[in-house]
Amino acid sequence: MSDTLYYLISALLSLGVLYGIRLMSQVRTAALGNRVSALCMLAAIVITLYRTQLGDSLVYIIIGLLAGTLISIFMTIKVRMIQMPQMVGLLNGLGGLSSALAALLTLALKRPLGGFEVTTSGLALAVGALTFSGSMVAALKLHGKLSQKPVVYPGHRWLSAFAALVMLALIVLLPLTALSRALALGLLTVAAGLLFGWLFAIRVGGADMPITISLLNSTSGVAAAIAGMALGDILLVAVGGIVGSSGLLLTQIMCRAMNRSLPQVLFGGAAQPQARPEASAAPPAVETAPEVAQAEAPAQEQAVPQDAGPSQEDLPAWLTQAQSVIIIPGYGMAVSQAQEKVKQLLDRLQSAGKKVRFAIHPVAGRMPGHMNVLLAEVDIDYELLCEMDDINPDFAGTDLAIIIGANDVVNPAANTAQGTPIYGMPILDAAQAGRLIICNFDTQPGYAGVDNPLYQPQAKVMLLLGDAKDSLDTMLASL
Amino acid sequence: MSNQIILVLVFIAATLLGYKLIHAVPSLLHTPLMSGMNALSGITLLGIIAVTALPGSTLARLAGLVGIIAAVINVVSGFGVTDRMLRMFRGGHEHTGEDT
Repeated sequence: MSDTLYYLISALLSLGVLYGIRLMSQVRTAALGNRVSALCMLAAIVITLYRTQLGDSLVYIIIGLLAGTLISIFMTIKVRMIQMPQMVGLLNGLGGLSSALAALLTLALKRPLGGFEVTTSGLALAVGALTFSGSMVAALKLHGKLSQKPVVYPGHRWLSAFAALVMLALIVLLPLTALSRALALGLLTVAAGLLFGWLFAIRVGGADMPITISLLNSTSGVAAAIAGMALGDILLVAVGGIVGSSGLLLTQIMCRAMNRSLPQVLFGGAAQPQARPEASAAPPAVETAPEVAQAEAPAQEQAVPQDAGPSQEDLPAWLTQAQSVIIIPGYGMAVSQAQEKVKQLLDRLQSAGKKVRFAIHPVAGRMPGHMNVLLAEVDIDYELLCEMDDINPDFAGTDLAIIIGANDVVNPAANTAQGTPIYGMPILDAAQAGRLIICNFDTQPGYAGVDNPLYQPQAKVMLLLGDAKDSLDTMLASL
Repeated sequence: MSNQIILVLVFIAATLLGYKLIHAVPSLLHTPLMSGMNALSGITLLGIIAVTALPGSTLARLAGLVGIIAAVINVVSGFGVTDRMLRMFRGGHEHTGEDT
């Protein structure tokens, strides 16, 4: 196959992928868009197999394709929606691994190899390696196999800076050394990249995960694109670039929604835990294992303070009197797996003729869009799921806001408490609603460590403390 | 040289075009968007197949095998999970019996 023909095919397939992404801008056509992209990918793989002289590598390639497909089918069927953040984390890492290996084999085997190829190989090695180790740490944290708390080693910043400098030095050195030594230097680059990725991800706490996952999503694409430059494969460059920009865009959105800058997440904040806003606003219990949170819940449930404003006896009246309701889910809902109960509550309220909608904060959960997927899984109409900017003006005219496992994302202190970590962070204006029911594990400040004035006893706020599932049961029983 | 410039230009063009299109994806779909991007970053499969096919030692072949498996998992699970998720999003009158 001539290069010109391959360029033409690459252009067509890239446009196909872009068209698939365009279809994803609407929910109705999104599934089709995904399939269009998948088809383009399949075509790309078939063309690559056709135009490559496979020789005796054929058996390895076939085994790889089959084994990978089998593992994928198993994973696709098994993964639960609550596990999507660690799934995406794992896939980010595997993408980085594959690109790093492609770059390593380029250095080792491809001849002739010019300066451009060597330099881009070195870059792809570094980015791929740090994506791999960073993603594995993030996925293990999300899966509960590593502590969700930020881990800071002595001299953490210096270690990170050292690893970054070594990486850069090796990338610069690579094209200046003889090709015979390129592989050894390449392996050192991998080691430095792995160390940097590890150091970067290990200091990230649960609440910064949406940013971390988005960023690693981006670097996995960038690694593929740079590996594509090393190999001179235009399709890798184009599609990798698309993935890179997507991840970067999501990272920007997450940073804005948390009022954090990217350098803060990368190098700063974790040294001072109080300076880290909990966007998903789960109660501190979230940082322990979910099983523990649930086991402790019954004991705490009845512990509503005597002076905590309205009592649970008012619950039936509150729920029946409200004509318009906005439900605000947070990570606490995900931890207690209360989505089914939320759906039941929605059905009951709707069958009573009430207008019910959901307000979704951009960083609720552990990855972008996490809440939407959990609610869609229990068959909640996506048209009821509203973005923050769209629904915020409506809180003032709403009778009742029900907050389920969210804290900092509704904390009015973000508007007023200058000097606190969440000051300036955009929040859901739940406090404007006529009445509020807050289902939370306890009244401790959220992850950001800033007291939530909504927890002060007041006539319009009812606190239902304990596991979200139990609180929802209480609500359902009173309807 | 011209080839290398083309590669860099393609990277810039793809990044800008992608950025513009992805901006239009609603935050409702950000999770499936990310898993879809996982699948697309599996495009590196093309690269790892090409280098595995280069003449090399068994060790190199095995490294290639690992890379191929990793990339295929990205592609197939990425598209698979994205499809699973997107089929869950149903609105108004689309509530058919289809389920995952």
